[in-house]
Amino acid sequence: MTSTERDSVSLGGAQPGFSPSLIVQVPDDVPHKMLTYQEAIREGLREEMAGDASVFLLGEDIGKHGGAFGVTRTLFDQFGPERVRNTPISENTIVGAGTGAALVGMKPVIEIMFADFSLLAMDQICNQAAKMRFMTGGQCKVPWVLRMPQGGGAGKSIAAQHSQSLEALYAQFPGLKVVFPSTPYDAKGLIRAAIRDENPVVFLEHKMLYSLRGRVPDAEYVLPIGRCDLKRVGADVTVVADGSMVWHAMQAAQTVLPQGIDVEVVDVQTLAPLDEATLGASARKTGRVVLVAEACRSYGPTAEWGMVAMEQAFDFLKGPIVRVTGRHSPIPFANALEEGVWPGTEDIVRAILSVAEY
Amino acid sequence: MEVATEISLEMYRRMTRIRQFELAASEMFRRGQVKGTVHTYVGMEASGVGVCMALRETDLIVGTHRSHGHNIAKGADTKRMMAEILGKEAGYCKGRGGSMHIAAFETGSLGALAIVGSGIPLAVGAALAFKMRREDRVAVPFTGDAGTNTGNWHESVNMAAAAKLPVVFVVENNRYGVSTNISETCAIEDLSLRAPGYGIPGVRVDGFDVLAVYEAARAAVARARQGDGPTLLVTESYRLDGHYAGEPEVYRSRAEVEGFWKLEPLRRFRTYLVEHKVASDETIDSIESEVKREIEAAVQFARESPEPDPATAMDYIYA
Repeated sequence: MTSTERDSVSLGGAQPGFSPSLIVQVPDDVPHKMLTYQEAIREGLREEMAGDASVFLLGEDIGKHGGAFGVTRTLFDQFGPERVRNTPISENTIVGAGTGAALVGMKPVIEIMFADFSLLAMDQICNQAAKMRFMTGGQCKVPWVLRMPQGGGAGKSIAAQHSQSLEALYAQFPGLKVVFPSTPYDAKGLIRAAIRDENPVVFLEHKMLYSLRGRVPDAEYVLPIGRCDLKRVGADVTVVADGSMVWHAMQAAQTVLPQGIDVEVVDVQTLAPLDEATLGASARKTGRVVLVAEACRSYGPTAEWGMVAMEQAFDFLKGPIVRVTGRHSPIPFANALEEGVWPGTEDIVRAILSVAEY
Repeated sequence: MEVATEISLEMYRRMTRIRQFELAASEMFRRGQVKGTVHTYVGMEASGVGVCMALRETDLIVGTHRSHGHNIAKGADTKRMMAEILGKEAGYCKGRGGSMHIAAFETGSLGALAIVGSGIPLAVGAALAFKMRREDRVAVPFTGDAGTNTGNWHESVNMAAAAKLPVVFVVENNRYGVSTNISETCAIEDLSLRAPGYGIPGVRVDGFDVLAVYEAARAAVARARQGDGPTLLVTESYRLDGHYAGEPEVYRSRAEVEGFWKLEPLRRFRTYLVEHKVASDETIDSIESEVKREIEAAVQFARESPEPDPATAMDYIYA
């Protein structure tokens, strides 16, 4: 094994430890296979590339190497260097070039190696791509996808500049869509939708989920962007979560079930535009709301979800909304410290039990 | 270089159109009729026109905050441009962009981006698409001297050079980034010297001489079309107005500005056309009066155009 192969495997190979049976989105009688989240994204890319010659990939080390997490592995062999393009380490210009190509009718899928590195490209993402259509009075469209892994956990220990969660940051910019799948099924259906979308879509992938397996149908499908997905229907407590926290929420729901607490889990798989209707309906139904995100607490995604729940369900709430979030801290290296920064299943259980008392 | 008479006269017409447009826009700005800001292209007309006359309609340009001239040079309609500056629905960007974002996509603009250096990568991406689709097209990002100090510029030149993309990087050295002379922010005086470091040719040309710019641009465009990759084309020019219309210009002397007025490109080209018997004074006078009427009509059109409907404020955010 070469050192580059080892990097790919090691970065993408940590085991998340969630049971696939927690979220089953494909019934037994529908033909399917078990794919990892990483493989599901790759299959989505492969199918869109095969079906549309204007789709191409652009990013650092995505060719033979297959990207830092191996998502594009084998695509270079299938589609060649023209459509799986290695770039210099020039994040701002990688994104800007994607915008330029999109403006003339291509559908670039840009990979940023780590979401943290996308901050180098904030200008091109937020000042240029997000605003191009608006500033020109609708003369153009920017149909690109910006794929990037974010978050941490599972003992990855890659510290403060490779572990951040940035969904709330990008969700602030009008003109961008922000998608963050939590399962292999969602990842494949949403990457295909993101490529077909005519707007710039920030597509976040959770590092800890790459090796997680789940059912993916054999038949072709595309999922809609702009929707919260109910991962579990329940009557007593609404838990709103995104990314890997959806899995922690599902584990927490299992944990409190013997105590007679029936949890509804709302997966915010599109952060922008936010599906306020689904979030609000769930909050009205249960009257008890817990918000869970790995991202930093202050001005993080839960702040927005909480306001939406308040606006949409104030008269139905039985008590205060509670949030469970990453602390307002850079991500430390040492595993013991890492664990102290991120929320986990137990934190969510405690929050559910606290609101269940209302 | 032999240039056909009709091309020479079209160059003169477009240069005159830019000058008249800028004078009218500045005047309206000084009277408070134009909101925001107006960055004029006065003094730099030969640069944009020389470059754009070397392009085809299908070739693309990317503009900056100072791109009235680039748009006119590429063939944009002055009525819709003036309407945009006044924030009217009939403007190219339906009043959403204004002076700094005028972009006429129908004439081959990829946008005008008002953050220095930020438009350059767009041209690289468009050129990448042209190359991938085997299209015979070229992309031209304009920037000023100060833009060559941005990361975007260096990243873009490098990326385009590495992939041999059909780009002509035009640097219009007007000597100032707002108030700061390029000599304060750059250790080389000849910005074309940056090209060899990226493995591409660098060409430096008198930006007051439209025919010299045109000749250099044609060579660079031909090179790009042949698949030989990008060229850096530096046009040595000067910003005769302040950074924006009415800016106090405390950082330079009147004598300096007046010295450059003696070199300004319109009078110079007119003299050339008459001395070389390309056109008579009468022909040139008639071009000037036609353009004057055109700009007056553009101002009137813009003034009389309706404002955008506030109910449409949220339009065009998403496709």
